[in-house]
Amino acid sequence: MNGKKPFRVFLLKEKHRETVNVNTLIFDKPLDGAKPGQFVMIWLPDIGEKPFCVADDDPFTITVAAVGDFSHAVHTLGIGQSAWVRGPFGQGFIIQGRRHLLVGGGYGAAPLLFVAKQMVSRGHAVMACLGARSAEDILLADAFLDAGCEICVTTDDGSRGMKGQVTEAVAAALEEFKPDTLYACGPVLMNSALAHICREKGVLAQLSYEALIRCGIGLCGSCELDSISRAAAGIPSGWLICKDGPVFFINAGSRT
Amino acid sequence: MSAERIDLSCELSGIRLGNPTVLASGILGTSADLMERAAQSGVGGVTAKSCGPEKRAGHINPVAVEWDGGVINAIGLTNPGVEEEVHLLREAKQRLTTMGVPLFASIFAPTVAEFAQVAAVISRGEPDLIEINISCPNVGDEFGTPFAGSPETAAQVTAAVKAATHIPISVKLAPNVPNIARIAHAVVEAGADAITAINTMPGLIIDPMAGQPVLANRVGGLSGWSLKPVALRCVAEIRRAVDVPIIGTGGVANGLDAAEMIMAGADAVGVGTAVWQRGPQVFALICEELRAFMEEAGYPNLQAMKGVALR
Repeated sequence: MNGKKPFRVFLLKEKHRETVNVNTLIFDKPLDGAKPGQFVMIWLPDIGEKPFCVADDDPFTITVAAVGDFSHAVHTLGIGQSAWVRGPFGQGFIIQGRRHLLVGGGYGAAPLLFVAKQMVSRGHAVMACLGARSAEDILLADAFLDAGCEICVTTDDGSRGMKGQVTEAVAAALEEFKPDTLYACGPVLMNSALAHICREKGVLAQLSYEALIRCGIGLCGSCELDSISRAAAGIPSGWLICKDGPVFFINAGSRT
Repeated sequence: MSAERIDLSCELSGIRLGNPTVLASGILGTSADLMERAAQSGVGGVTAKSCGPEKRAGHINPVAVEWDGGVINAIGLTNPGVEEEVHLLREAKQRLTTMGVPLFASIFAPTVAEFAQVAAVISRGEPDLIEINISCPNVGDEFGTPFAGSPETAAQVTAAVKAATHIPISVKLAPNVPNIARIAHAVVEAGADAITAINTMPGLIIDPMAGQPVLANRVGGLSGWSLKPVALRCVAEIRRAVDVPIIGTGGVANGLDAAEMIMAGADAVGVGTAVWQRGPQVFALICEELRAFMEEAGYPNLQAMKGVALR
């Protein structure tokens, strides 16, 4: 018995606008023990509770896209207001090798910036491929540059960077940048496409999946990864995103 | 006595389990893949998540949180409805049978008549046993007081279900009753082949900073460490009252917990919340620890240990 409460209260200290519907929220204290790729459950009493990737541990930071009622409420939290947090939960990224290719699809860039900073601080080479629909949706590109990463941007409409899918940029980067490991966060279709490329080329990869998370602690079964995504990445059946993931390792044997 | 010679097998109403651990209903029982995963992890028997007459989304988040004493949850009987559940059970049964692991269905319903209807339909999925969940603490707003609350209502559901299916049934009882032995006696008289004891204990956890309950459903069911003494007491009282097999459930997380539950009179032990603490491999770990304890203490099989604490 240690007097553990289900939730810890964090006060919002700073807020930065990243894109038209994405804000970064910086809270008043560290989230102890949080690793890149892990997630937390954020509760706003009377409004709801949803999972969010940890965008930094010290101080605790999240980057939030306003896509529904709840994320809108988090997005519009005022300075000094409270967020109730449980976690961190799940298996995060593990830095493998010294040359790292990060692939962020849409909002998936947020947790990758956290791991990128750790990689750069170790003196490793980092390239980030960021893909989105349009120039105004590209997330954190300047932050990756400021952190000391090379970046490569793709947009569906060609309004910024290369026109096309981020997976095309990845194929080129695998040849030219020659990473030891690829780390990705984005839509499941992007993950499946990357899994295919990495399995074909024998590249070590760590893919982060998102899901509807209910209990967050591996009991309720709500976040079981669908069979199509599983087959594409070679993930074992009965794989729970909240407990076994969100990060899955490809070509790594067992995680070390 | 060598550890290899310790016999962990047990029998529930003619169903043989290789070891006494049973995946408790509501944990990982939502798909054939997850149930197969539990089976691969060394579980003795698998219980599917409770299903009712119609599809239900369940409660909104927060639905489950950890605290000092374990977990409190109010998932709200999320399920695909009994017709869909039949397909899920068939798929799971096929896979579990090849592994020698029995499959238990779990059902709930808002009325006695619907309990019988759901039991009749779920039987098409051919589970080895049907657990009758008359004790979910988290749907009171919709369903009223659980049927487990009195001997009369518990017996009515049991008799109706028993008449609707040829498959053995285990009635899952609630801990929050003044005399659980009377209820156990009533359901056995009404035809229960076994008893699952207990469901979670209704509780309330308040966040003082928020000034409100932590669960969206406000109240929820307590499980884990804090539930174990309550479960042991209930199992002991039931064992003194009836002879049918008992699946003792509540706070079992390791081999010694399992031994205690069997000493209180259980035949098998339900494991749920411990999956959160120790992962799906918890079943194999419990068996290994239980076997080591039995070797040390000189119990050759579960029968020799069953109910010793009641003497």
